[in-house]
Order: sequence, then structure tokens, then C-alpha cells
Amino acid sequence: MSSELIHRLHFAFTITFHYLFPQLTMGLGLLIVALKTVALRTNDQQWDRAARFWGRIFAINFVFGVVTGIPMEFEFGTNWARFSMISGGVIGQPLAMEGVFSFFLESAFLGLFLYGEKRISRTMHWFSSVMVFVGSWLSGFFIIVTDAWMQHPIAYNRLPNGQFEVTSFWQFMLNPWGLLQYAHNMTGAVVTGSFVMAAVGAFYLLDKRDQNYGKIFLKVGVIGGVLSTILIIFPTGDLHGKFVARNQPAAIAAMEGLFKTESGAGVVLIGQPNEETQQIDNPIVVNDLLSFLIYGTTKAEVTGLDRIPRDQWPEALPLLYYAYHIMAGLGTWFVALMLVSAFLLWRGKLYRSRWVLWALLLSFPLPYIANTAGWMTAELGRQPWLIYGLMRTSEGYSNTVSASNGLFTLLGFMGLYTLLGLLFTVLIYREISDGPDAKAHGAAAHNAD
Amino acid sequence: MGFLWFWLVAVMIVGYVVLDGFDLGVGVLHLFLAKTDAERRTTLASIGPVWDGNEVWLLAGGGTLYFAFPLLYASAFSGFYLPLMIVLWLLVLRGISLELRAHIDVAVWQTLLDGVFGMASTLLTIFFGAALANVVRGVPLQPDGYFFLPLWTNWQPGVHPGILDWYTVIGGLVALSALTLHGALWLTIKASGELEARARKIVTPLWLAVAALTVVSLIATIVVRPVSLNNYFNYPVTFAVPVGVVASLAALWLFNRAGQPVKAFLSSSLYLFFMLAGACWALYPTLLPATTGAANDITLSRAISSPHTLAIGLVWWTIGMAFAISYVVFVYSCFKGKADVGGAAH
Repeated sequence: MSSELIHRLHFAFTITFHYLFPQLTMGLGLLIVALKTVALRTNDQQWDRAARFWGRIFAINFVFGVVTGIPMEFEFGTNWARFSMISGGVIGQPLAMEGVFSFFLESAFLGLFLYGEKRISRTMHWFSSVMVFVGSWLSGFFIIVTDAWMQHPIAYNRLPNGQFEVTSFWQFMLNPWGLLQYAHNMTGAVVTGSFVMAAVGAFYLLDKRDQNYGKIFLKVGVIGGVLSTILIIFPTGDLHGKFVARNQPAAIAAMEGLFKTESGAGVVLIGQPNEETQQIDNPIVVNDLLSFLIYGTTKAEVTGLDRIPRDQWPEALPLLYYAYHIMAGLGTWFVALMLVSAFLLWRGKLYRSRWVLWALLLSFPLPYIANTAGWMTAELGRQPWLIYGLMRTSEGYSNTVSASNGLFTLLGFMGLYTLLGLLFTVLIYREISDGPDAKAHGAAAHNAD
Repeated sequence: MGFLWFWLVAVMIVGYVVLDGFDLGVGVLHLFLAKTDAERRTTLASIGPVWDGNEVWLLAGGGTLYFAFPLLYASAFSGFYLPLMIVLWLLVLRGISLELRAHIDVAVWQTLLDGVFGMASTLLTIFFGAALANVVRGVPLQPDGYFFLPLWTNWQPGVHPGILDWYTVIGGLVALSALTLHGALWLTIKASGELEARARKIVTPLWLAVAALTVVSLIATIVVRPVSLNNYFNYPVTFAVPVGVVASLAALWLFNRAGQPVKAFLSSSLYLFFMLAGACWALYPTLLPATTGAANDITLSRAISSPHTLAIGLVWWTIGMAFAISYVVFVYSCFKGKADVGGAAH
């Protein structure tokens, strides 16, 4: 059993499960601000109740994000001690800043948003929803800054004891990789939030209940959805892809399955990478497209894996290739579905288009898959480096923690998170089936709402 | 700069213990003090809007430690691997059980969640106390700065101790009693009626336990790590810290007798502050002593980040914490007074 593999799986599993929650937190955070804003401007009680309903779902989701997030900050030290030792002076900063700048903000105003509606004014309550949104998006920013430095280390200096330090704070915080990734990632969170809201709306309409709410949710979900699904491809995905191609040629070659350097490289739509023969089996290719997407001309040369030393290839090559293709394929589906939905909404036919409602309902898991696949693309593409070009993954894990100790706690997390997943599903199912007009459960059930 | 960051990290730890401490203490008391469903909802409502923010001090403190003392963070977190993972699982269970109780209205499940919440809170206080005692006692550091500790060995604090030995168990009991007392005082502020009366009644026995265990732990520390007193003898003025411990305990007793719960709670906060400050000062400038010989100690100068890094950090840390403290004050002032069971919108 390889310790390196166990520690990688440990982090990968816990971060993947964790990120199921923050993406909805960040996406819904924005949409709840939209609901509260309409409620405040129009004085329409229904929009207030809609915001309260999504607030309840947000609250459940937020708690799961918090409790699965705490282990992440610890795992840098527990499972990646050698990496932490060397990089603490750099990436310890955004991780500490996340706590200092965003978690305090977010937790304070979320407490106010959830518990304080009767103690503060309507404007103050609206303001607290804005602050929750700002807090969650700031939090995302600091995490992306951390990842961006590992992907594209800049503004650093290496000290005699091997540790890194930041030479320019602002260059480090405004790492171009980070800004592009942030734009792409946050749009991805809005895609998730929009699809979830639209799916609940579609469910209510198809189930012929709470139809007024269903229409509000569909309207907000589809408007948010059509904007975010376009933005996630153009410009954010496009620019991010171009930047990766220029800075991590091995990653882009592996993502696209480009074994040989070509001028006029194509994009493989379907096909399986074969590591032994170093080609794509049964490919369907659009000629010249990759060269055009990266360099804006169909004849440009794109570096293939043949130009890259074998020990610098991302080792999980097919996994990386599939993750990227799943993300891109789903992204295409999202924009198609949302454009159709938005058109029907504009023509006033969406609420009666049963097929589209069904498609919206059934599509809600897909953004979760696409966001996960996108992160897998980013992190597998960085391999075999932990800090790109500077530190290999094999040099970073805690070598005092044996493989079987790591496996023990990984299995522990898997068991615990299975339980959390079940609980989450039951709780969200209940909130949705009770509907926006239901009395809240438990503590507030005795409270004449 | 090193001296400064040592105390900034210490301040964050104190912030965590004082703030999350009372909601952990409320968790310990939850099963014993609150009998009816209404009372249990009151104890939970008393911490509902603030517990998550309190826990942020742990994350912000951990992040600050990571940034300012990377070697200490890397060494301690990987060395205390197993107990830290247990702490993480307990934090997960505690947060989930606390929040979900309000979303589930089946009595059996509520009882289960109450039990999980109480158990996780109790174990966490013991673990935190034991963790601090581990740091004071020292760990078997290797020359490269790393170590790995089993959960227990022969219960003796020798060269190769376990996480748990007689000394660290005392540390765990100090934390359990002190935070339970802290939580009881919080309830005397927040609860009303019979629950408040019960909380008031339990303060005296808890106070006696805390006072006794404080004395025991002090003696035990001097036995286990005699050099703990060096800083105090070199700078006799710092004996003010142990005097502060005694004074805050006395003040707690007097304010509680006088029926001034807020002042008693603040005295308890001061007690926690002096205890932690005393432990930090006993260690300084060592951050993590080695049982394998002082040459292996992780000291301040060995673990500290570069001066340039720390200078950058000081700017954002000061700005960020000024914001953070203003939110904390704002939220506590919004929710001041007796706990409001009907206030939850969810």
C-alpha cells in the first residue's frame, strides 16, 4: 500500500464531498439576495416567504459545508505535513485570511439572517443576506488563491531552509491563474444554485402544488441559469483554458488526449485515450478546433505529450481526460437546456412545457458532477506536481503517518460522510415536500410564524 | 516579531477557548440540566446563533498558526494524527446534531441527537484539555522535527508517552470542569425559570471542582516539567498571572453569590485567559518541548516564518481581526438578554 496514494485519496475524498455543499452555498447565496431584493422593493410577501424557504435549505446545506470544511484545514497538517512545512508562509496566508475575513463575517450574519428576522429591520435583514453572500464568495476567493499558487506559483522566494515566502502580497493575491479560475469556479457555483432552484420549481409545477412558488423559483433559476451557463463557457472557461494551455502544456495535452504535437490540432469529441498505443481509440474529431481555441488560428502548433518528458505527464491520464470531457460535455447540455428554458420563459410558455420541466427537474445533479469533474481536471492536470514545477506530490505527504493509519481514518470519513449524505437527503427532501408555506420544524414549530 | 506572533496565536487560542468554551460547556450540561423538550430547546437556542462563529476562532487560529509557525503546524498536526482525526469526527457530529435537532420533530430522534451532542461536547472538552497538556508535557520529537504519538502507552509521562497519561488526563479534567462551569454561567445569563435555577445551583460544586483541579494541575505541571517555572523566576512580575488565576476564581465566586451572572461569566473568561496565558508563558520560547532532549525542542526561532512574511501578515491580520471583533460584538448585542426559543426562522 502506498502512503502517497492513501494521503491523496484522503484529501481527494474529503474535499470532493465537502465541495458538494459550498457550491450550493455560494450559488444560492446570490439567488437568495435576488429573492430578498425583489421582496424588499415590491413588498411582496410571497417573495419574502420564498426567500425564507430557500434560507431553510441554505441553512441545512451551510451546516454540512461547515462541518465537512473544518477537516480540510486540518488535513494540510495531518496528511500533508512536509508540504505545509515548506509552503506555510505562502498558502498559510490565504487560509488564515479565509478564517479572519470571511468566516467571521459569514457566521455572524448568517446567525442574524436565520435567527434575527424579528429582531432587526427589513433592510437590515436584506443586508445580512448580502453579507452572507459576500462572506461565502470571499471564502471561495481565498481558497482559489491557495490553489492558484500551487497551480501557478508566482511572487515567491525560496529561503535557505527550503521554505517559501511571498515577495509581493498583491501579486500573490491577484495571481492571473487565480482570477480566471475564480471567475470560472464562481460561475460554476451559480450554475449549481440555479439548477437546484429551477428543479424545485419544476417539481412543484409538475406535482401541481405550490405553483406560485414554483413559478418564482423557475423564473429566478432560469434567469440565473442562462446567464451563468453562458458565462461559464465564454469568457471564463475559454480564457482559463487558454491560460492553462500556455502554462501547463502537459495538462492541456492530457485533457485533450493530444499524444502528438500538431499544427492544426483537433478537438476529440468522443474517444478513449489508450496509454499503451498512445493514441485515441475510435475518436470523433473536429479538425483544427483546438489550435483555434487556444491560439485563435487553425494552424497554430499545440504541444503534445510527445514533447513532454514521461516523468512529467499527469499520471492518471485517462481519468483526467474523462473528467475534462464530462465537464465540457455537461456544460454544453446546460447552456442548451437553459437557452430553451429562457426562450420559453420569455414567450410565457415555460410553465406549461412539461418536457422542459422534466428536463430541468432531472438535470439538477448534473452541475454537481460538472463542478466535481472540473476540479478533478484542475488537480489531476497539475500532477505529478504538488506545487507546479517546484515540489512533487511524492515529496509532500506526511511520512510519519503510515499508510494504514491513513486508510483507517479515510474509511472513518467514508462511513461518517455516508451517514451525513443520508441525513442531508432526508432533511432536504422534507423541506421540499413540506413546501414553502409549511410551518418550520422543531424549535420554530411552536412559534406562530 | 516572533514574540508578537507567539502572543497573537495565543490570543486566538484564548478567543476560541473563551467563546467556543461556553457552548461546549452548555453541550456538556445539556443532558443533565435540561429535562423537558422546552428546556432543551432553550439551551440550544442560547448558543444557536453564535456557536458557528465561536468555532471560527478555531479555524482562524489554526490558519494563523499554519502561516506563522509552519514547522509547528506540520509537526504537531501530523504527530497528533489519530486524536486530531477523532476531534474532527466529534466536531462533525456535534455541529450536525446541534443544528439538525431544530429540523427534526420526532421525539426519539431528538433524544438521540441530544445524546450525540452531549457526548461529543464532553469528549471534545476532555480532548482539548489533554491536547494542551500534551504540548506542556512534550512529545518524542525526532531531530527532523516530526513525531508520531500512540493514543496511550503505560500512562506515564516519560520519554515515549502516549496522548493519554496520568498528566494529560488531569489536563482533560481541568478543561472539562472549567468549561462546564463556563457553560453553566452562560446558562444563568441566558436561561430563565427552573433551568436558570438549576444552572445556578450547579455553579458551586463545579467551582469547587475547578478550584481543586487547578491546584492539582499546577503541582502536576511542576512535577512533570520543572523548567516551567523558569520564566516566572526570571521575571517575577509575571507571577501576576497565577495571581490572576486565583483572583478571577475568587471574583467568579463572589459575583455568583451576589447574583451578577454577567460579571461571574466574565470572571470565568478571565480565569480561562490567565490559565492559558500562564501555560504559554511557562513554555515560551519553546513551542513544543521534546521528551527526547531539549536539542529537539521546536522553539520559536526554529518554527517562525520569515520576517517578510510576518510583516505582510501583521497588516491583514490586524485589519481582519478588527472587522471580526466588530461582527462578534454586533451579533452578541443583537442577541443579548434571555434566549429566545421562538426566534429561529427555520
